[in-house]
Amino acid sequence: MSAITSAEWTAILLSLRVAVIATLVATPFGIALAWLLARRDFWGKSLLDALVHLPLVLPPVVTGYLLLLTFGRRGLVGGLLADYLGIVFAFRWTGAALACGIMSFPLLVRPIRLSIEAIDRRLEQAAETLGAAPWKVFLTVTLPLALPGVLAGMVLGFAKAIGEFGATITFVSNIPGETQTISSAIYSLIQTPDGDAAAGRLVIISIVLALGALIAAEWFARRATARLHGN
Amino acid sequence: MLRVDVEKQLGEFSLQASFASEGRVTGLFGASGAGKTSLVNMIAGLLRPDRGSIVIDGDVVDDTAAGIHVPAYRRRIGYVFQDARLFPHLNVAQNLDYGRRMNRLAHDPAQEKRIVDLLDIGALLDRRPGKLSGGERQRVALGRALLSRPRLLLLDEPLGALDEGRKLEILPYLVRLRDEANVPMVYVSHDAAELRQLATQIVMLRQGRVTSSGGVKVLT
Repeated sequence: MSAITSAEWTAILLSLRVAVIATLVATPFGIALAWLLARRDFWGKSLLDALVHLPLVLPPVVTGYLLLLTFGRRGLVGGLLADYLGIVFAFRWTGAALACGIMSFPLLVRPIRLSIEAIDRRLEQAAETLGAAPWKVFLTVTLPLALPGVLAGMVLGFAKAIGEFGATITFVSNIPGETQTISSAIYSLIQTPDGDAAAGRLVIISIVLALGALIAAEWFARRATARLHGN
Repeated sequence: MLRVDVEKQLGEFSLQASFASEGRVTGLFGASGAGKTSLVNMIAGLLRPDRGSIVIDGDVVDDTAAGIHVPAYRRRIGYVFQDARLFPHLNVAQNLDYGRRMNRLAHDPAQEKRIVDLLDIGALLDRRPGKLSGGERQRVALGRALLSRPRLLLLDEPLGALDEGRKLEILPYLVRLRDEANVPMVYVSHDAAELRQLATQIVMLRQGRVTSSGGVKVLT
């Protein structure tokens, strides 16, 4: 198998950029939602929970189409963002990041929520009696104890984001150098007569990235357990 | 010093307690289920009374009639739980320093050394809570509460989770604390012998009601 061509590199680097941005931007929202779902009871909680998980079960093409309707140039939100803030998602790599962020969100939230639920709330009470206001309790006790879960969620979300295909191609199409990620590059290559070797290289890279992410997530989960036992 | 007059309904159980104490160590005595922990949680601010008031050192921290409820983190109390509750992600030194950091207090090396020596925990400072014995954990929890410089120390069966041998190991530290630390304490226990050694005043609780209070002799 020959070396990776520059077109392939472009797709790989774009995928990495899209996945990194998607994960970093989604993480604070993921932590907030995970905390809300783990710790608060409010009206409409099951609906919110279902909404977070929706991208997991909805056909990706539907999610992509809904994104196009909402964040496209003529979309409700997309039009406003473009007119007032100059932020454009349609057919840009930023749109790919948005699609990937939303598609990977359920995988990001779940481990964070589980790790927050696993925290002994009596530790937070102890912190409170020692003079810590609620937001300090969150920053000094809850978040550090949930950190392995946060990292595991980020790794899983990243892995999902880097492989996302359906929603991305529906929303921002398949433009080399702008929105053509590894997945859409493979899709194009398979449909090209001599694309098999190049597709094969990208497939191997996808497998390596996915496996690496799963192993990393597993490692973080084990760290979380050790941390909660105070070793 | 401490004035409590509260009512609280907890499911089927109703707690109605009123007492005042001036003593250095107020022993809250009663069988399990008498409402001792709920009462202490109300003094700490972790539980809100349905009706009544709590006054610490002349400072009203609860008064339902006036709509006052000072949250736990602003009461300046120390709380030692039966199960220590040390922070597992911090080592012993960081656990001890937690209250000072949260209250933005200045470092007081002399005081820190005094308490570390008093409790004999100087050799444990680098360790994680998971590597401590039950008795060591409880001593660190005591130090952590004291170093937040509370005006009242609440101890809820601090020896409850320890076996007989360990209890005898901790008891002398508590006596030293009473005589040297200069912080008034509320000490919860169902063990009359323990309270006879420590308490200077007793409040006896039975099924959510104060049945008697006074000197240590009410225990007999």
